[in-house]
Amino acid sequence: MSEAVIRWASGPVIRARTEALFHSYEALAVGEAGLLGEVIQLNGDEFVAQVYEDTTGLKPGDRVTGTGSPLSVRLGPALLGRIFDGLLRPLDCADDFRLTTGTLSCETLQFSFEPAVEAGARLVAGEPFGLVTGKRDHPCLPPPGVSGTVRRIAAAGEYTDEQTLCELEDESGNVHALAMSEQWPVRTPRPCRERLPPNAPMITGQRILDTLFPVARGGRAALPGGFGTGKTILQEAIAKWCDADVIVYVGCGERGNEMAEVLDEFPQLEDPRTGRPLMERAVIIANTSNMPVAAREASIYTAITVAEYFRDQGRHVALMADSTSRWAEALREVSGRLGELPGEAGYPAYLSSRLAGFYERAARVRTLGGKEGSVTVIGAVSPPAGDFSEPVTLHTKRFVRCFWALDAERARARFYPAIHPLTSYSEDAGRVAPWWQAHGNSEWAKHRERLLTLLGQQARLERMARIVGKDALPAAQQVTLTCADLVNDGLLRQSSFSEVDRYCSPERQAAMLRVIVHFLDRAEEAVQAGADPSVIAALPVLAELARLGEEYGEDRIAGIEQLWHAIDDAFHAIGGSVDAVR
Amino acid sequence: MPFAELSLAGAARRLEGPLLFLERKVRVGLNSAVEVIGPDGQPRVGRVALVDEQRMVVEVLESTTGLGLADTRVRLQDAPLAFGVGPGMLGRIFDSIGRPIDGGPPVPAREFLPVSGWSINPAARALPRDFIETGVTTIDLMNSLVRGQKLPIFSGGGLPHDRMATEIARRARLIGEEGGGFAVVFVGIGVSHDTAGGFREAMEESGAISRTVMFLNRADEPSAQRLLTPRYALTAAEYLAFSEGLHVLVVMTDMTNYCEALREVSASHGEVPSRKGYPGYMYSDLASIYERAGCIRGRSGTLTQLPILTMPADDIGHPIPDLTGYITEGQIVLDRELDRRGIYPPVRVLPSLSRLMSSGTGKGYTHEDHPALSNQLFAAYARATRVRVLASVMGAEGLTETDRKFLDFGDAFETRLVAQEAGRTLEASMRLGWDLLRSLPRSELTRLSRAQIERYFGKGHA
Repeated sequence: MSEAVIRWASGPVIRARTEALFHSYEALAVGEAGLLGEVIQLNGDEFVAQVYEDTTGLKPGDRVTGTGSPLSVRLGPALLGRIFDGLLRPLDCADDFRLTTGTLSCETLQFSFEPAVEAGARLVAGEPFGLVTGKRDHPCLPPPGVSGTVRRIAAAGEYTDEQTLCELEDESGNVHALAMSEQWPVRTPRPCRERLPPNAPMITGQRILDTLFPVARGGRAALPGGFGTGKTILQEAIAKWCDADVIVYVGCGERGNEMAEVLDEFPQLEDPRTGRPLMERAVIIANTSNMPVAAREASIYTAITVAEYFRDQGRHVALMADSTSRWAEALREVSGRLGELPGEAGYPAYLSSRLAGFYERAARVRTLGGKEGSVTVIGAVSPPAGDFSEPVTLHTKRFVRCFWALDAERARARFYPAIHPLTSYSEDAGRVAPWWQAHGNSEWAKHRERLLTLLGQQARLERMARIVGKDALPAAQQVTLTCADLVNDGLLRQSSFSEVDRYCSPERQAAMLRVIVHFLDRAEEAVQAGADPSVIAALPVLAELARLGEEYGEDRIAGIEQLWHAIDDAFHAIGGSVDAVR
Repeated sequence: MPFAELSLAGAARRLEGPLLFLERKVRVGLNSAVEVIGPDGQPRVGRVALVDEQRMVVEVLESTTGLGLADTRVRLQDAPLAFGVGPGMLGRIFDSIGRPIDGGPPVPAREFLPVSGWSINPAARALPRDFIETGVTTIDLMNSLVRGQKLPIFSGGGLPHDRMATEIARRARLIGEEGGGFAVVFVGIGVSHDTAGGFREAMEESGAISRTVMFLNRADEPSAQRLLTPRYALTAAEYLAFSEGLHVLVVMTDMTNYCEALREVSASHGEVPSRKGYPGYMYSDLASIYERAGCIRGRSGTLTQLPILTMPADDIGHPIPDLTGYITEGQIVLDRELDRRGIYPPVRVLPSLSRLMSSGTGKGYTHEDHPALSNQLFAAYARATRVRVLASVMGAEGLTETDRKFLDFGDAFETRLVAQEAGRTLEASMRLGWDLLRSLPRSELTRLSRAQIERYFGKGHA
């Protein structure tokens, strides 16, 4: 291992002198405590490094040791159900509430291993050599690029995740020692056999997303919003109820209490599909706003590397990054300390390429082992003063396919999720339409268009009503406003805190959408037949529909179908009265 | 503070603003605490900001006026800046850097704690859940405060934020609990003498002065010290909360002065400014203060923060309230218009928010219908403000009957629910809330369940 000596230190940046060879982005152990660091610039016999931890006490003359490899994390069975810092060091085994620097000593966990191959067998890349059994089966795959003949394989039993369980000899005669876990450099995307186009939605359980702005499996979505618009609550709601197999939740520069909330809630909640505690499918990575800034920059890469690792096992993974703006700010801060030329708003000029590199790691793929897996990325953006024209939001918009813009005015009326239906968009809608049409709503695409048009009309008519008064609008337009209110209240509003409505299955979503569109159809017909808009607005069935989400939970989907008759009866009655006037 | 370790004389080579460049004659680590002693014999606190093989740079955290080069001595300690804390702090008054200024004896230290604090391990935090009754309806009913939360008041110059903070500090308690086990830490950052005096008098009147610790950095003191005031105060608060097991409420006023000092110091370091001249790291810096609030699993004490800031030009998009809002768990926004109309407390309800409300209210915490009631009041008031805009264009006559009801509801909401002279219990606030909603058509109350409507308004149609 190469060694160097610190000659300059300030904040998280050090300069060190060495005679040995150091490489760009090589991971380092700095000082007596062995703080984690990373080489960023090389210059003759000197290099510049950033340190991921609090540098208090570092002095010139302190030793720096190179690890010989880029910043890497250990991926294995010890990830699910736990919380880690931005460098994937477990946080749940510390006995003090104060975070200390250096490595935390955790007790070594043992896992049950069952071999899947015998000595002498050929193992191609991506094929498991064994299985970790437990709450959830975890295949042991050789790292990408490693294949060959099995020379030795461990018997079934209990092992730690670092123990060598399998020896593999490749074609050139090199022997690879494989364990349940592997090291992978976080800044390098993990390879796959091929990238597949998105074809199915990731069901988030949130109606406004799944119906109006769906995200495909392997898709990329951004969630921008000023403070208090509900970014975190929505991210958490998606993390809880979406239909991914594994959730990677990275709290990047956000609040400690939010992490506490996730840790408090997830173990108690059940995955609606498997009935298991939600925590069992989650990996939480926390670099809260008071933890060191440089590690914040790394935490995003750590998270997506973990997500890709589970993708390679053939799972569908959802990555929630809250918030990518804090990550960009960490880039800015480190860049400033290195004296780089600032670009827009002080961000380094490479901000956009870093963002692109991150979002590009989201994909639906054919894994090396031939399975289908996906990583869906949902990144929150926190624009200063809620202004979407700032650099991070603008660049992010270039690389994502779904843009879920949160609106301060909706949030103030406590209308959640506060996604603005007119400024948001989804490029995945066309791709996932066939899925919906095969799953409960043959006219999904048409219905979606209808709602978007209606909400667009509402905005226009409300502007007009502000000038002439609502009563002065033609009858058809008054009904349009009533219908738009119904779509907002009955369909799009959904409380994350309601036990009945926090999750909405695709079946219930389809039923709700269809019954509401049915009301819209009948209302339109009625007003054309001369019905009084105020009579339509006062229909008791309308009030019932406005509470659809709360009153008709997952166990009352059949009840929604019955509302069709109630709607028909109500309009029949009005129709009758219109006829009587004639 | 034990400052005996190393003394250096005649090593100073250059003085530039707050930065003192010294020849490095001893091995000393980054962030070590330093005392810089000028010809006047006055020790000034500082820290080691940069070290290399030949020199070190000390950031002097107090005024550098009167310092020379040859006649300046520094005393170094091989540990970061620490504050000696103990239970004797209760009832005392300190300056920015923890020196008693009430004429009393020094406080015996039980522990020396670094003033920058530690990052709390997120896995060791307990979720704040205990509802605090402040007696203010717009907080208790609409934006509930819980123990361990950080909930700032976004105010403006001339608005009664100090009065509000004082009243909250005096009244705050758990429902059904009478005193005991609490402490108040008041942090005056760049405040005038009368603000500090007013707070002190109020606490004396209520008899809570013996449970109060005050840290005062007055407006005429050097700005670099202003950066230390909240850190010393929070170190004391953390000690009281997590070592002594008290429920500590920290009132910090005015965080705008803190941020101005941060900008001033950053500029004097020659750093590249970000938005409006504030340094790019202001978010992280503010987080290192606000994130010190919380509850720890297995510890009985809690640390709740009530920071106050005055929004420059009443602009909520200004970097100071903006970055604060991204870190804190909500905000209480005060409004000049309401204040002008004589409504006290002038809380602008719609942009106010408490993020932890859902974890501390509802069944098992306050009342099972509390969240729905507050939700419905928000929705109805939001509609009332929209109708008000309409009415201002075409007059109330042009409105539909329903809209007119909302208009009246909005006025009643402000004059009856927002405005209050004395403290109200949550129960009284809730009664008032149901009362106001009664004036609206039931079909419009879509945030309430049918069962709730029947429970509070009886059966049948309105």
